[in-house]
Amino acid sequence: MATQILLKNIDVPGLAGFQVYRNLGGYTAVEKALKTLTPDEVTDEVKKSGLKGRGGAGFPTGMKWGFIDKQSGKDRYLVCNYDESEPGTFKDRHIGTLNPHQLIEGMILGSYALGAKTAYIYIRGELFYVLNIIEKAIQEAYNNGYLGQNILGSGYSLDLYCHPGAGAYICGEETALLESLEGKRGNPRIKPPFPAIVGLYGCPTVVNNVETIATLPWIINNGSDAYAAIGVGNSKGTKLISACGHINKPGIYEIELGLPVEEFIFSDEYCGGIRDGNKLKAVVAGGSSVPILPAELILKTAAGQPRLMSYESLSEGGFQTGTMLGSGGFIVMDHTTCIVKNLLTFARFYRHESCGQCSPCREGTSWMEKILTRIENGQGTTKDIDLLVDISKHVEGNTICPLGDAAAWPVASAIRHFREEFEEHIKLQKCPF
Amino acid sequence: MQDNIKISEFSRETLDLVNRIINRYPKGREKSALLPLLHIAQSENNGWLSPEMMDYVASLLKIESIEVYEVASFYSMFNLKPVGNCVIEVCQTGPCWLRGAENILAHFEAKLGIKPGETTQDGKFTLKTVECLAACGNGPVIQVGKEYHENLTTNKADELLEKWKRENKISHTNPYL
Ligand SMILES: Cc1cc2nc3c(=O)[nH]c(=O)nc-3n(C[C@H](O)[C@H](O)[C@H](O)COP(=O)(O)O)c2cc1C
Ligand code: SF4
Ligand code: FES
Repeated sequence: MATQILLKNIDVPGLAGFQVYRNLGGYTAVEKALKTLTPDEVTDEVKKSGLKGRGGAGFPTGMKWGFIDKQSGKDRYLVCNYDESEPGTFKDRHIGTLNPHQLIEGMILGSYALGAKTAYIYIRGELFYVLNIIEKAIQEAYNNGYLGQNILGSGYSLDLYCHPGAGAYICGEETALLESLEGKRGNPRIKPPFPAIVGLYGCPTVVNNVETIATLPWIINNGSDAYAAIGVGNSKGTKLISACGHINKPGIYEIELGLPVEEFIFSDEYCGGIRDGNKLKAVVAGGSSVPILPAELILKTAAGQPRLMSYESLSEGGFQTGTMLGSGGFIVMDHTTCIVKNLLTFARFYRHESCGQCSPCREGTSWMEKILTRIENGQGTTKDIDLLVDISKHVEGNTICPLGDAAAWPVASAIRHFREEFEEHIKLQKCPF
Repeated sequence: MQDNIKISEFSRETLDLVNRIINRYPKGREKSALLPLLHIAQSENNGWLSPEMMDYVASLLKIESIEVYEVASFYSMFNLKPVGNCVIEVCQTGPCWLRGAENILAHFEAKLGIKPGETTQDGKFTLKTVECLAACGNGPVIQVGKEYHENLTTNKADELLEKWKRENKISHTNPYL
């Protein structure tokens, strides 16, 4: 059985309540940190653990904390990114619903390390019922002296609040999230300056994903060496993978990084194979934004090595033959799936979610949806395929935030690996599925 | 459906909640409370934000009305036109589509006799399509107010519709309560 850091006690009844969490060893990491470690020592532990951000970009967490401006004399903030809107990603909902105190404990540790006196959990508005659960847990943490003034007599004080979004994928992008938290439209900011220097209310700020933060108590309790001992290469620790689509057992799995993809898809411990005995056709391994791979390339790299669930192995081969671990949203398609139609739903998503600030993204996403609709409905021409590739190239790298890339990559990769399926739609003048 | 509701002030109780929320943000940064307040305002206004309601929210936060309008129009959860008592939101993104979301949408369309974006004549139901609700493993997924309904089948959809008709379901309730 793989090490479980996030899901270990997830089935314990009442885990969302303070006392149950406490009885299972909860809040000991906060005690350890506040009583025996300085903030910089906590940061060092996280640096040494090799933990990378679990929101999608995989940026080393300790290094990000190291950038925070502690000299400015301004307040500092920790903000938890609970926007969870990347299609295929449904892991953070699980943590907040069933184990909110582990997230809260992580927020206290991170805030202590950064010297934040106030922290926010920005949670997508659709998940209001989860916000209610977390707020109840926060109240319990206050009542038991783990939040508020002078926590455990340490002299350290922290206020923690939830903040709801209201339906906008772009607010998952960290600077759009900060704009939204300030009560504005979720328009991403031009970087630099990065939030570590100019973030919430112009103050130094770190934005971290739910899973990243919920991992912190384990690292502080067990030490960075123990964490770094799990995983493979530079992919340390465990990762939540939310698996969906045409598998027998959709759900949320905690894997040790380095697990072979084949084992993840076919073993009964994880996805349990493809539904109805069907054949695996393709996988989008890290949320809708990452390149799609056909069965051969997701199971083995172009060099013929078994593909592993790790940052390095999934991206091996670059975009020609590889993909990315991303957010861990693992979307599996069997041989009955129309790749064009699936892509069209993504294209519609990105057109809908573009904030509209930059024209390559605003216009490009709209054109890609239009052309894909045409092809799917049997009205496309051969030129349309090249036009799609051309548009995706003009969007990629030419926008303020990475949503443009996120919209372009699925299109470019679907055509790269499944061009004949687009051609067939055009030849038959209808969807062959 | 009611579109000419008179804006009176929030109740004492709601105002207490509003003030507690405003106090979560630093002094001078009250505008941060805008999204939470708009959620509350929408729930108190039959599920949509009228210009009068937005003006009232602006006055609570001491900001210009235009600052409220431009935010309200950005976020998909805010309805700027009247809606039915029970708004059914059907997820249509890839993972739900892979698991039959199109059938579910078609079923609701047929049962209610309306298309996405429309409201039934009796004002009871509005149908909406939405993008990924972060529950993809259990697709098809629909949302009604704060409730998620997952692994939907046409049978389940029928049962839910019957239940909502019976109890005159209202999907917009104060999300904090
Ligand atoms: C369009 C877009 C959407 C994003 N959505 C999310 C999200 O829902 N949750 C998340 O944690 N990060 C999301 N991110 C990544 C964040 O910008 C940021 O990198 C992350 O929250 C940092 O946390 P981490 O270092 O712990 O991963 C998104 C990025 C982009 C460009
Ligand atoms: S890339 Fe798209 S979402 Fe990002 S800032 Fe530009 S228009 Fe907005
Ligand atoms: S695609 Fe429907 S919940 Fe994610």
